[in-house]
Amino acid sequence: MARSVTLVEGASGRAWRPPAATRGRVGRIGDPLFRALLKGSAWLVILLAIGLVIALAWESSGAVRAFGLRFIVTSTWDPVAGDFGALPFIYGTLVSSLLALLLAVPLSLGAAIYLAELAPAWVRPPVAFLIEMLAAVPSVVYGLWGIFVLVPWLRDWVQPSLGRWLGFLPLFSGPAYGVGMLAAGLILSIMVVPYITSVAREVLLAVPNAQREAALGLGATRWEAIRIAVLRYGRSGLIGAVLLGLGRALGETMAVTMVIGNRPAIAASLFAPGYTMASVVANEFTEATSDLYVAALVEVGLLLLVVTIVVNALARLLVWSVGGPAAGARE
Amino acid sequence: MTPTARRRIDQAVSSLAALSAMVVIAPLLMIFGFLIYQGASAVNVDFFIHLPKPVGETGGGVANAIVGSLIMIGLAACVALPVGILGGVYLAESREPRLPWVVRFLADVLNGVPSIVFGIFAYTVVVLPMRRFSAFAGGLALAFIMVPIILRTTEEMVRLVPNALREAGFGIGLPQWKVTLHVVLPTARAGIITGVIVAIARVAGETAPLLFTALGNRFWHQGFDQPIAALPLQIYAYAIAPYDDWHRQAWAGALVLITLVFVTSLAARLATRGRTVAR
Repeated sequence: MARSVTLVEGASGRAWRPPAATRGRVGRIGDPLFRALLKGSAWLVILLAIGLVIALAWESSGAVRAFGLRFIVTSTWDPVAGDFGALPFIYGTLVSSLLALLLAVPLSLGAAIYLAELAPAWVRPPVAFLIEMLAAVPSVVYGLWGIFVLVPWLRDWVQPSLGRWLGFLPLFSGPAYGVGMLAAGLILSIMVVPYITSVAREVLLAVPNAQREAALGLGATRWEAIRIAVLRYGRSGLIGAVLLGLGRALGETMAVTMVIGNRPAIAASLFAPGYTMASVVANEFTEATSDLYVAALVEVGLLLLVVTIVVNALARLLVWSVGGPAAGARE
Repeated sequence: MTPTARRRIDQAVSSLAALSAMVVIAPLLMIFGFLIYQGASAVNVDFFIHLPKPVGETGGGVANAIVGSLIMIGLAACVALPVGILGGVYLAESREPRLPWVVRFLADVLNGVPSIVFGIFAYTVVVLPMRRFSAFAGGLALAFIMVPIILRTTEEMVRLVPNALREAGFGIGLPQWKVTLHVVLPTARAGIITGVIVAIARVAGETAPLLFTALGNRFWHQGFDQPIAALPLQIYAYAIAPYDDWHRQAWAGALVLITLVFVTSLAARLATRGRTVAR
């Protein structure tokens, strides 16, 4: 989207209430009612956020009471014995997301710099549009593509050659299944790239032109101007964009579930199957038979909620600090 | 550094940036290409008007899933549209100091909450009390996802309405609510509709929040309080099944889904083209 500059300064204030003399009789009853209706709708959003946290905390209380802190540091997941530890899922979520960021961040920032600073004017709209479309592809479609294209490619080509050359590293050891942490990280990186790119692009566009002109005027090349005057100015917003991508990666469910292998184990190798917090909820929720099992799964969901709220809150504040509250609103 | 070296670095970085833009859009072309290659042959009239066939029988369609998706999107829109639009008007027009900031912030944070968490929420507030999976629960989960999107676009669009229009309304003695309903909202209509379409395109592809709310169903819609099929759920079920025939159905379903999503996104984009220029 284009830079969102509020066209009407003070639209929020002065127009809200007309002078008392111009208000008719209907206004006297209608306006307070109408305003209450508007305010009520806004409050519903607050209630949704609070209700979300309370409902999940309530439903998971059984597991919280039974396991306490042990839940996040042990790695037994045994529904039959009723013993639950979520560490493998937490590990899988973190590793797959970090792997995704490792691949996605350089690409996204490069693409955002290209789109905001370097590309010829006629290139920008179509490329920005294609990147938006990438964000609109449903997760399950990425997963389908992952199962039938990405996983066989990894299994038959990438993993054997990685194993041959870098197999001495624990990271690239073990049999090539195709499905596993590497596949999850790759598909996640494809999925978060459009989010990071479009928010980073908006942040760059929000950097005042005077910044660029000052650097160029001192004799900087285009890249030097970008590095010194633009990236540094927009730094906090760019970090926010990366955090937004992280938030997406942490909570991404379907595509990851379809390619990660779904085995609750912690392995050093990226080739090994893993499991994430979102996938275990997706896979096991309908099969959960005991109350404790459901509570444990809801607690996994609650952990996921808390983590994504923290990451997103931080990201929004950082993005707002550069672009104002309108930046990245629709991402 | 010599000027030549600096120019070289500049050129190298520029080409790297252009290259990363190309790498970024490559997966889109690859995915779309594969969908057409694998799915186009299975998309035919039967696919749109028939129920799924049991394993072993070829053919069949996903008509029930398409209808199910439409029903749940409709339910979600009934909840999310009024809340999102009225809340968005509030954000744009209120002059209170704190509440709009809090709501705006929470809406953006909710926008980043994983959709599966909304599924759990809908499960706890609808499925548990009703003791069954239902279209209601699925629709509500989708509504939770839609509200923040509609809210924020409505706010942006209402902010774009020139103040002079509001003043003209007040000038002829209209009360606030009439100015909003008859002047502000009609002026911002195209933009708000776009926001709604964007929200619909987003939830149309959601699978995770429906897994344990709508559950899925191999038959036609059987009432709002019964499990119901959805296109993304059906694609997922077909994709992870071990049958080649179902895989073909999954590709076809994905092709239909992605076409719907792209067409709606494109329509939304074209509808606001004039507006983004004006900003």
